[in-house]
Amino acid sequence: MEHIISIFESLLTFQNILFIIVGVAGGALISSLPGLTATMTLALIIPFTFSMNATTSLLLLGGLYVGAIYGSAIPAILINTPGNPSGIATTFDGYPLNKKGETEKALMASGVGSSTGGIIGAIALLFLAPLLASVALSFGPPQLFWITVFALTIIGTLTSQSQLRGFIGGAIGVLIGCVGIAPIGGDVRYTFGMWQLQGGIELVSALIGLFAIPQVLEMVKEEKIRIGKVVSYKHKKGVLKEVIKYALKRPYLMIRSALIGIIIGIKPGAGGNIAGIISYNEAVRWSKEPEKFGTGILDGVLAPDTATGSEVGGSLIPLLALGIPSAPPTAVLIGALLSHGMIPGPELFKKYSDIVYPFLFGFLIANIALFFLAIYLPRISSKLVNIPRYFLIPTIVFLCVVGSYSIRNSIFDVYIMVIIGLLGYLLKKFDITAAPLVLGLILGPIMEKALIQSMLLVKSGESIGEVFFGNAISIALVLLCILALIWPFISKKHSLIIEEK
Amino acid sequence: MFNKMKATVAFVVAIIGLFFFSLNTYASNFPSRPITYIIPFNPGGQSDIQARLQQPYLKQMLHVPIVVTYEPGGGGALGWSNLVHGSANGYTIAGINLPHIILQPLVRGKSAGYKTDQILPLAFFQRTPIGLAVLKTSPFKTLKQFVEYAKAHPGAVTISGVGKWTGHYMTYLELEKDSGIKLTYIPSTGDSETVTNLLGGSTQAAFFNSNDFISYRSKLRVLAIASSKRLSFMPTTPTFKEQGYNIVESIDRGIGVKRGTPPAIVNILEKAFISVMHNKDTIKKMEAEGFEPIFMNMQQSEQHVKELKVKYELLLKQLGIHFKG
Repeated sequence: MEHIISIFESLLTFQNILFIIVGVAGGALISSLPGLTATMTLALIIPFTFSMNATTSLLLLGGLYVGAIYGSAIPAILINTPGNPSGIATTFDGYPLNKKGETEKALMASGVGSSTGGIIGAIALLFLAPLLASVALSFGPPQLFWITVFALTIIGTLTSQSQLRGFIGGAIGVLIGCVGIAPIGGDVRYTFGMWQLQGGIELVSALIGLFAIPQVLEMVKEEKIRIGKVVSYKHKKGVLKEVIKYALKRPYLMIRSALIGIIIGIKPGAGGNIAGIISYNEAVRWSKEPEKFGTGILDGVLAPDTATGSEVGGSLIPLLALGIPSAPPTAVLIGALLSHGMIPGPELFKKYSDIVYPFLFGFLIANIALFFLAIYLPRISSKLVNIPRYFLIPTIVFLCVVGSYSIRNSIFDVYIMVIIGLLGYLLKKFDITAAPLVLGLILGPIMEKALIQSMLLVKSGESIGEVFFGNAISIALVLLCILALIWPFISKKHSLIIEEK
Repeated sequence: MFNKMKATVAFVVAIIGLFFFSLNTYASNFPSRPITYIIPFNPGGQSDIQARLQQPYLKQMLHVPIVVTYEPGGGGALGWSNLVHGSANGYTIAGINLPHIILQPLVRGKSAGYKTDQILPLAFFQRTPIGLAVLKTSPFKTLKQFVEYAKAHPGAVTISGVGKWTGHYMTYLELEKDSGIKLTYIPSTGDSETVTNLLGGSTQAAFFNSNDFISYRSKLRVLAIASSKRLSFMPTTPTFKEQGYNIVESIDRGIGVKRGTPPAIVNILEKAFISVMHNKDTIKKMEAEGFEPIFMNMQQSEQHVKELKVKYELLLKQLGIHFKG
């Protein structure tokens, strides 16, 4: 009891609470600009935290991390361009909602999802961290391989019109993902003698290009540009209540999404983007009305954002309990811990309990703060759709250029963004959409790495069966993949749609 | 019309004036504008942490802001290529790593985008010797046991390290060559992945840098460290040398500029870094986190790079490995 009191004593100073709130708001604002990822946001702020005391600096960074992951959903909804990779799945239904004029609803759903997921993730982190940390270790290369196979099955869901086109898109994405130095062999691939391509196609630049450029070109083409606004938007009362009611009626959706987020967060090597995508896919699979997804349905925003929200807490589990950064932003946090002399790992909880526990409670508070922020922020940010298009379009293009440049200060990445964007526009004409392509681009390199590492394990004398099917998690994942493949045939509703076509 | 022309002429004159002005200030009062410090890796890595520690001291020494930029890609090659493709005026400096800047051009040839001698190393200030580790629960208690088992079971022992044609990979090649054993090397994409796979039981042994031994000390048993003598922060860990293998491998971090930068400017930068690397705070922090502070000035750094290059070229030749480059 005394222990708990001392935790709150060191947490509940005015300064600490202020920094949590500043962190959440700042993170959301910064990362709502395309290209400024959560990792980048944290790296930019870290030098300023060196002079603070350990608790305050961790609270600020924790708040920033929470805010930054949420912030990515704002441009995903408003301009169909995720601020960073974790917002990819939010575009699927968030943008259609915006187009229908339900901008505020979509933004609220994103906030409600993020904070609910975040709170569940924080609770898991607070009470189960050492226990759940062992989950991180039970995923070796073969299990990671099966996760990527499972995540690829979402291509089938995303492209209900034409599976073939979906897989063509996915394959193009995998091919683009091969550019650069091979992750395992170290060979130089598809660089055509250009040293700039050694690092591969920058993921965020590609994302911005694929999502934003076709979008802008479509907007320019539309006649409405002369008139100005697409949809005029006014703040409505009761939207929040409506969204919360909606979410409360779907407890399975929320809990499932949060659990997916936590587990993907714990698993090293897979980040928020994959959590959002898998969660979206599962939402479609278990929905009673899967055909509504993609047309602007709140489930399609709640599911990915709850998962990316809880992924934050999940990713802190292996970081604090094992010292393993499972997602890029947590690698930056390791730097912050080390700079205060704290070495992450099993000893951290014992040795620095006076810092770690206030941080964990503070992290929970950050997610609650996010909820209130998410109520008020949309009132401002959703007014963006009221901006006349002749202002909006140049602004988007400007942000795209700045965003793709700022990732690694490279003008080459800007060219890549434009080229990939034009490619995306062209492919759209053939009904090949950005989503499967991005999926291939993200999952391809992870899958390749996991597959080759697994095959090397086979080379060392273990049998293929042992490596790929020799453990309960592998078998469970294989079964999930099989289920994903045959689901359309056993689900009646799905087959009905196919017949209609 | 006339006014327009007048304005244009004035503009052109102003630009030319500015140009000469900047030429004039070029070397005599370096630095007169912010210096870009390229970190060719992701934020949060060791190079980044080091640069952030140096940043305030450098600013104090040079009186201009030091802007850290991240240019990750190709294991550092992208940032170094950007450095040597920029202008040699001292306003762009980059964190450099050994053996990366030797091995990449050696293995990738032209595709690497830079040559080792296009980079002028100003200083090396940090070293992390590479060590061979197993889990504390592993049956291998000593390097001898490890080698004996591997000899009896060729290829059956899996060992992980970061990347191929890297410091870890070279250590692996040398160990195989010197002990006559055959291991299965499984490249990873980073230290955190190496440790995850080791802790999860996917691999039996792994190469780490000395700072990882501090981070994961409760889990790992270090069988041998590839430093020339025992490390002050791990005094009970024997070196490879003590155990009969002449393997000395480490990741060394320093700072470089494009070769061809005027000597006067190089001098100013070298001085600033030498004073920063002798800073007691930074040294203390380094040692606590498992890094060995080293103090090489430009001349020593150049010599060090040259010697290492000869060593690796010889090793690859002995192993019969050729690159088309």
